[in-house]
Amino acid sequence: MRSQIFHKFGAALLLLTLLIVPFVMSYFGKTFWLDIFTRLIILSIAASSLSLLLSVAGLASFGHAAYIGLGAYAVGIPVYFETYGGNDFLAGYNGWWHLLLAVSVCALFALVTGAISLRTRGVHFIMITMAFSQMIFYLLVSLEEFGGDDGLSVDLRSEFALLDTVVLDIEEPWIFYLLCYVLLLLVLFVISRITHSHFGRVLNAARQNEQRVRALGVNPYGYRLFAFVLAGVIAGLSGVLYANYAYFVSPGMVEWTRSGELMFMIILGGVTSLFGPLIGATCFVLLEYFLSRWTIFWHLPFGLLLLGVVLFGRGGIVGLLTRRRRGELEP
Amino acid sequence: MDFTLVLTQAINGLQLGILLFLLSAGLTLTFGIMDLINLAHASFYMLGAFICAAGTLYFDSFFIGVAIAIVITAVLALAVEKLVIAHLYVRDHLDQLLATFGLILIADTGVHLIWGPAGLAIPLPPVLQGQISFGELVVPVYRLVIIAVGLLMAAGLYWLVNKTRAGMLIRAGASNRQMLSSLGINVQVLFSAVFVIGAVLAGLGGLLIAPITEASIGMGNDIIITAFVVIIIGGIGSIKGAFVAALIIGFIDTFGRAFLDTLFAFFMSVESAETAAPAVSAILVYVLMALILVWRPQGLFPPKLR
Repeated sequence: MRSQIFHKFGAALLLLTLLIVPFVMSYFGKTFWLDIFTRLIILSIAASSLSLLLSVAGLASFGHAAYIGLGAYAVGIPVYFETYGGNDFLAGYNGWWHLLLAVSVCALFALVTGAISLRTRGVHFIMITMAFSQMIFYLLVSLEEFGGDDGLSVDLRSEFALLDTVVLDIEEPWIFYLLCYVLLLLVLFVISRITHSHFGRVLNAARQNEQRVRALGVNPYGYRLFAFVLAGVIAGLSGVLYANYAYFVSPGMVEWTRSGELMFMIILGGVTSLFGPLIGATCFVLLEYFLSRWTIFWHLPFGLLLLGVVLFGRGGIVGLLTRRRRGELEP
Repeated sequence: MDFTLVLTQAINGLQLGILLFLLSAGLTLTFGIMDLINLAHASFYMLGAFICAAGTLYFDSFFIGVAIAIVITAVLALAVEKLVIAHLYVRDHLDQLLATFGLILIADTGVHLIWGPAGLAIPLPPVLQGQISFGELVVPVYRLVIIAVGLLMAAGLYWLVNKTRAGMLIRAGASNRQMLSSLGINVQVLFSAVFVIGAVLAGLGGLLIAPITEASIGMGNDIIITAFVVIIIGGIGSIKGAFVAALIIGFIDTFGRAFLDTLFAFFMSVESAETAAPAVSAILVYVLMALILVWRPQGLFPPKLR
């Protein structure tokens, strides 16, 4: 109970810090912090969606970066067509159109690949999800019109028209940051609601003991497939944001090492907590920033840290803070 | 279609298959016997290439370079096994994946620190340069050397696994690890030996390809994923499966790259076809794996269990 109160307090503090720090920093003229924090929030959304699969459903998908890539290209391609002409159906700066594209493409891809992948277990599941994301990687590489290997610049950010007259100007960095932040809150809320719903409990139970769930007359396949699609859609959303953030999309976003990094964020933060991915992504981005400023060989301490966290730091940072013992999972 | 071109591509496919086999043999053994996913296998591939390059340049002899690379790779593999890998055997696959991903980051940066960001080229000795022609077909000698060494290693591994006592233990380990250790076999020693053999084979693969492509940072990080596809298709723990699957994938990839663009050129522009062909042949490999996983999750040649 005490740890739960601590947990809630810590999470609220973290969310508040994320809201305030970039603006305070900008006020003192260090505007690049807004940039770093935007990236951090976007990656948190992606990592949270993966943790829905990993922590709740126990599905170690190693191809989650594919959805970020699909979401990003759902912005890149329409903007490209709108700017340079071409396919009139896809073309457009309209953010809602980008979102619609991203959501439908990601949902479809997750539905098809999930239906196949979920027939496998354990290491085969890891490998087949990775195989599907490699397919997307090579598919994007092969799209020569959209830059192939080199990727595609996104000249303008998406236009989100709220009412007929009001347009959300996300070219303005702090408006874009607030948009990402609100979406993160929304995603965390949805994931928390799902985790504690009937649906989430079935997933959780199937992770712990699939046989028993089946014996109770519930086939977890459909539940897992829905979770797989949902996680894909949320990751696609983060891809839409990422393309807008970077003004650039490339097949590099889908490389398997990117999926590995998302996993790392979750493990670093702690798999048992809703806010674990957020904490993990925060540490990941800040570490990356400071280490890469300090030395070009920043992957070395990064790799050592990853090794250390996996070998010795069970439960990640959340585990360290709340001193939760191994094996003691949240319901 | 030109018959000589087909033969040339067949030799290229065979070479890629052999290389994939060298990389996946160790992977399938560590996976099958120790139940360990080792992404860092890619690092031994890279280290073999870099150490061989450094040795070749220092002693001015490719053969001394090869010998040094094999010895040092073996020593490094033993050290890594004792320091890190040994702690991972009891962990779940996700932990193994992440820890060995960390090892890749460390190895890549380590190579960057020692040899700088650029790649290292390995000059071949005159004996291995030149070409042999069979009628119209002209084949570089070195390609034949790669194929010969690979086949030799495959034969050696087959002999080791199927005809020797050590091999019997390895097969027993792949079938039932607990039974093996309860029969009084020192499993730790067996694990170390298998890990080192696998790493040396990967290093050998890296140093064999380096004279053609040059040693570069992260050179193993793409091909390791293909090697995983190989062992999944072949059946985890099966040397025979790894060999067959490696050749299948080598041929699919090579022929796809070589001939799909001609096929695609019928319905798209020549330039688009040239970009699309390698990507589509890479995709084909993963499609094959997905199909096999659905149809036969245990792979083509699964080792007999229990």
